[in-house]
Amino acid sequence: MPAPNPTHSALAYPHFMVISVNGETHELPAGSSIPALLERLGLKDAACAVEVNRELVPKRQHAAKELREGDTIEVVTLVGGG
Amino acid sequence: MSTIESKPSPAGATNPAPRSAGLTIGDKSFQSRLVVGTGKYKSLDLMREALDASGAEVVTVAVRRERLYNDKGQSLLDHLDMKRYTILPNTAGCFTAADAVRVARLGRELLEQLGNPGSGWVKLEVLGDKKTLLPDPMGTLEATRELVKDGFSVLAYCSDDPISALRIKEAGATSVMPAGSPIGSGQGVLNRSNILLCLELLKETDPTYPVIVDAGVGSASDVSVAMEIGADGVLLNTAIAHAQNPVLMASAMRHATIAGRESYLAGRIPRKLYASASSPWEGVISYIPGE
Repeated sequence: MPAPNPTHSALAYPHFMVISVNGETHELPAGSSIPALLERLGLKDAACAVEVNRELVPKRQHAAKELREGDTIEVVTLVGGG
Repeated sequence: MSTIESKPSPAGATNPAPRSAGLTIGDKSFQSRLVVGTGKYKSLDLMREALDASGAEVVTVAVRRERLYNDKGQSLLDHLDMKRYTILPNTAGCFTAADAVRVARLGRELLEQLGNPGSGWVKLEVLGDKKTLLPDPMGTLEATRELVKDGFSVLAYCSDDPISALRIKEAGATSVMPAGSPIGSGQGVLNRSNILLCLELLKETDPTYPVIVDAGVGSASDVSVAMEIGADGVLLNTAIAHAQNPVLMASAMRHATIAGRESYLAGRIPRKLYASASSPWEGVISYIPGE
């Protein structure tokens, strides 16, 4: 039996996960943090608030929060309203 | 002489706050008694000009999903001076207490990040129906309780039913905001009696408890009507944003707020069925019938 090809091993492929962001599905490297997500979304310097699975994650906890497969995320900001 | 309406406004007797004290809500005080919304303007530049003309110091905003991937139109935050205005985030679009609590928390987080004094404030709206946008009394009460427990200052949009309003105050709301008429309907204060009763009940144990008429204002006179029956302030959005000349209407609203408040404090004359002559009868040179 030939030796397993390292490029086909589970360790060689980065894991991706599918999450929902603002109602749309996104694929992210597994274990991504919120700052990484925001950077991918072009929101690195924006004032925005983040909810994961209907719970607010304050900004100071963004880096420590590990996102998981199937997470539902809302990224919100302030808009005009009455 | 008979009177149609027996109760003239008190000339400062039951209202200890002089004109210069302004509007006090919780731990914050403002000169302007007009709160203006930032929604529905044709452009953000127009919004900025109108807010300026209104003299408002507190403005409401909504909490909504960010546009992703630099798919940007104009951003409200680029047109709203965070140092000039105290921002009051609303929970517009929420039909359950749970959603309103989520949105309030997101709003608080955003204002904390922006360093705005409105952080911890919320204009609570829990709606019962999409067509009328009337408040859901049960949901509003439930959300008020939960938000107060979480340390929020709740400014609760509610119906003009005096008992509902009182329960919301008892639940710990910092201000109760009865509707004049449905949001954006422009009908003004539909039930002056109810607003008067709200004011009486809500201020019975605390004359300084802030009551702000919110929703349905259409014109300057609507604002004056609310202020001169004793409201502490008025909150409006559509009346300015959808006026043909929003900047001019904003100015009209500013004057109307001041005029209404001064009229209230000045103590109006009673309404009477019969006339009361403004010129003396004594010394007339004319023929008076019946004499």
